[in-house]
Amino acid sequence: MHIPDGYLSPQTYLPLYGASFVFWTIALRKFKTDLSVKHVPYLAMAAAFSFLIQMFNIPIPGGTTGHAVGAGIVAILLGPWTAVIAVSVVLIIQAIVFGDGGITAIGANCFNMAVVMPFVSYWVFKLVKGEAVAGARLYTAAFLSGYTGLSISAVVTAVEFGIQPLIAMSPDGRPLYAPYPLEIAVPAMALEHLLLFGIVEGVVTILLLKYFIKHEPDLIYAVKEN
Amino acid sequence: MTRFQKKLWIGLIIMALLSPIGILLPEKFNAGDAWGEWGADTLEKLLGYVPEGLKRLADIWKAPIADYNLGGENAPVSVQVAAYIISGILGIAIIGFVIYIISRLLIKKG
Repeated sequence: MHIPDGYLSPQTYLPLYGASFVFWTIALRKFKTDLSVKHVPYLAMAAAFSFLIQMFNIPIPGGTTGHAVGAGIVAILLGPWTAVIAVSVVLIIQAIVFGDGGITAIGANCFNMAVVMPFVSYWVFKLVKGEAVAGARLYTAAFLSGYTGLSISAVVTAVEFGIQPLIAMSPDGRPLYAPYPLEIAVPAMALEHLLLFGIVEGVVTILLLKYFIKHEPDLIYAVKEN
Repeated sequence: MTRFQKKLWIGLIIMALLSPIGILLPEKFNAGDAWGEWGADTLEKLLGYVPEGLKRLADIWKAPIADYNLGGENAPVSVQVAAYIISGILGIAIIGFVIYIISRLLIKKG
C-alpha cells in the first residue's frame, strides 16, 4: 500500500501533502498538551511495532503481496492522534531510508495509513465495543477494527491510483502516472485486503489487545476513555 | 524502564529477527510486488510501456537501503536475510531516535 514515486500526479500528491500536514499539526499540538514523559517509550514502541509488522509480507500465491500496518491496535492502545504520529514517523523513515513508498507520495501514504486507518479503526472499535470491557464483544470489536481500518485504507489508496488516468493523459491517450482505472484498481486492492491482509490485521489487533488487557489494562486508551 | 516495557522491547527484537519470513514466504509462493508498487521494468512487462510522468518521477529519490536490501536484487538469499534483519534493527533505532527528538522538543520535563 506504499505508493511509490511516479504513480501519483502532482494534482494528487500535493493536496494529500496538505491534508496530512493538517493532521500532523493537530496531532503534534495534542501530543504537547495530552502526553507526558511516561508515554514516550510506548509511542516509540508503537512506531517500532508498526515498522516491523509491515516487514512481514504475506503472499497471495502466484500473485501480489501485502502486510498488516498495525495502525488499528496503536490507535486503540494510544489513541488515534498518537497513532497519527507513530505511523507517520514510520512511513517517512520507510520512504527516506528504505525507498518503501515515494518521497512525493509521503503525504498520500501518511494520509492513507497514518490518518484514515487509525481513525477508521478507532471509530469501529468504539462503535462495536459499546460498553464492553471484556469478552467476545471486545475481541470482535478489535478484529473488525483492524480488518475495516486496513481495508478502507486500501480502498482509499486504490481510488488515488484509479483516478490518475482521469487526471493526466499523454497526447497519444496513454496514462501519464498510475495506469489502471478505478474499475480495476479498486476491486483488486479491495479484494486482497478483504480476503487476506485485513484478516491478518484483525488477528494481530486481537492478539495484542488481549496481551495488553492481561498485563497493562490501565494503559489502553480506548478502554479507559469511556 | 519497567519490566513490562522490557518485555515489549524483547518482543520487538524477536520480531526483527523473524522478519525475513516476510521475504522468504513470498518467494516460496512465487508472489511478487504489492499491487501498485511495481518498478518501471515490471510495468514495461505488464503494459508494454512505461507511463511518461511515472518515468520522470520514479527515480527522484535514491534511498540508501532500497528495498531493505544491501546486496542488490540478485544478492544471495543469506545476504538478503541478513540485510532484512539489519534493516529491521536499524529501522527501530532510527524510529526511537526520531520519537525521542520530537518528544524532547514538545514535552515539558517532569
